[in-house]
Amino acid sequence: MLSIKNLHANIEGTEILRGINLEVKPGEVHAIMGPNGSGKSTLASVLAGREEYEVSEGEVSFLGKDLLDLSPEDRAREGIFLAFQYPVEIPGVSSTNFLKTAVNQVREYRGQEPLDAVSFLSLMKSKMGLVEIDQKLLSRSLNEGFSGGEKKRNEIFQMAMLEPKLAILDETDSGLDIDALRIVANGVNKLKSADNATIVVTHYQRLLDYIVPDYVHVLYKGRIVKSGTKELALELEEKGYDWIKEEVDGATV
Amino acid sequence: MELTQQAQTAEFFKRLNPNKLAQNRLDIFNQAKEALIKNGLPKLKEEEYKFTAITKTLDKAKVSLLPAEKFDISASLTRKEVIADLDADIIAFNNGVYDANLSSYSPSLNVNVEDGSTETASFKKHFGSYAKADKDAFIALNTVYAKEVVHIHLAKKEVLTKPVIFRYYQSNNQETSYPRVLITSEEFAEGAFIEQIISEEGSGYFINGLTEIYCAENTHLQYHKVQKQSKEAIEVNTLEVFQEKSSTFSSYLLSLQGGMLRNNLNITLNGSGGEANMNGLYLLNGQSHVDNHTSVDHREPHCNSNELYKGVLDDSSRGVFNGKIYVRRIAQKTNAFQQNNNILLSEDATINTKPQLEIWADDVKCSHGCTTGQLDEEALFYLQARGVGKVSARAMLLEAFAADVIANVSIDSLRNYMIDNIKERLGAHY
Repeated sequence: MLSIKNLHANIEGTEILRGINLEVKPGEVHAIMGPNGSGKSTLASVLAGREEYEVSEGEVSFLGKDLLDLSPEDRAREGIFLAFQYPVEIPGVSSTNFLKTAVNQVREYRGQEPLDAVSFLSLMKSKMGLVEIDQKLLSRSLNEGFSGGEKKRNEIFQMAMLEPKLAILDETDSGLDIDALRIVANGVNKLKSADNATIVVTHYQRLLDYIVPDYVHVLYKGRIVKSGTKELALELEEKGYDWIKEEVDGATV
Repeated sequence: MELTQQAQTAEFFKRLNPNKLAQNRLDIFNQAKEALIKNGLPKLKEEEYKFTAITKTLDKAKVSLLPAEKFDISASLTRKEVIADLDADIIAFNNGVYDANLSSYSPSLNVNVEDGSTETASFKKHFGSYAKADKDAFIALNTVYAKEVVHIHLAKKEVLTKPVIFRYYQSNNQETSYPRVLITSEEFAEGAFIEQIISEEGSGYFINGLTEIYCAENTHLQYHKVQKQSKEAIEVNTLEVFQEKSSTFSSYLLSLQGGMLRNNLNITLNGSGGEANMNGLYLLNGQSHVDNHTSVDHREPHCNSNELYKGVLDDSSRGVFNGKIYVRRIAQKTNAFQQNNNILLSEDATINTKPQLEIWADDVKCSHGCTTGQLDEEALFYLQARGVGKVSARAMLLEAFAADVIANVSIDSLRNYMIDNIKERLGAHY
């Protein structure tokens, strides 16, 4: 589904990704872990098409298409969804109108008829329960004045509405208390199927108790330096990242 | 001869026939004439017109300051910019002069067209009392040349059932129109007013309008203005508002098109418990130049003023904002808020913004802020990352930025008209 080969990316000349290789197949959950500054969020941003990052080398294909050739909106329309670490507050843009526009533009791209107001609202209602989001929140401006937990829930709600093929959760656990974390993780798990895949970017193992990964990759200095199964995450939780740093830094000396 | 000189010559004033004027009106006329002879039109770089070289622009357009004659208003012009579903009393002006044929209003609306030969008591009390000729050359000019004054009076507890709309029809003659309106009220009156200037594309003219509004105690008045004129239009208008105790006045301005437009809004809060709301939105493209000068004078305690002006400027358009807030020593417990936010969409667009606060009282809450920037890239990316195309996302953000300025317009049909125009300008058809 997603194939990343030797991906290099920089921001204003500072290289952050230095040769990422990753294969994700339908039905899989991949966790990307790593110490602060290792490039985890950059990877998520580059995949979603954030313009500040310049890709200098490598390729990314998604369902057979050259992902790097696509605009951010077309990536979303192809089925990529980035759950933001810091969802943006947009005063004056109503959550409902925004989502209706997004859903219908995605449908149009896929050659589907747009949803009318009635079917859109019933779709919304059916997805709201998934993340226990209150309808009142959705009648407000997008994310404006939402608590940290509400913002993250809204991200997963949007994900449910857009039904992506590949969801990238960027530090979705940051700023969440344990109850909110459970609700968000449950939402993600309910959306999982044999046809879609999830990349969970996180610093802590905590989230992986709820969203169980098939593979865990450790990112350090812009490269994946270690891959394993969910046991690797537990090992990291116990021992921290220092032993990996030493392993990598020692090897390069 | 340059205009500023032209406006000062004896020849210039000779064209008038002040002989018929009643004494009070004649005094006001003479004061205006003297002010004009003394000060002339604003000189280049004059502080109040620093970024709006109005005299030079009028000269360049070869505008005559003599009052324009009435013209034949075509049926197509009367249909222009009609606000759908608006049920209003219509007061029409033909090149600045009251036009009875195109006006239609309820018999209950107290309208007097004053030619100056006789004066009602309330006219005599209020006319020229707020717009002082020595304050601004264009007040003086209007006072000298406004042939007739449309005076609308709201009696005690009178609540206008319909809004009153002023439609100023303008011809293409490089001459000047001097519409003059006086709105007065007694206690507990309520009413809403709308102003539109209607001109054909390509029409060149100068319109120098002046409206004085007297808000008696406990009145609620609103004044709305939509500027959507020809690209050649030159305008200087002044709205002078005088508010007594516990009155509420709100103004809404939507500027969409014009050559050079200067809007002066001056509000005096003359009694405690007064509230003044000033809202302005300018969405400019092409070469349009819009200058908003506002001032609010807190003369008594416990008054609130809220000011929100926002602009989106594209192409080589230019915006100017100057917001003065005066809080007199006696005006304790004043709340005065001012905000001016701008988004520049092109490298050639400019905005000059200047808050000017003078506060002599010590127990007050005053704040002001101005921002100028580009569209929020992070918000744009967020919307795109959900599948919303860049053009739609941009329009969505701009509309959200702009729409809150007019959100409180209470006349539904007018608000919808404004929103449609905002959407059209910002390409918000998503």
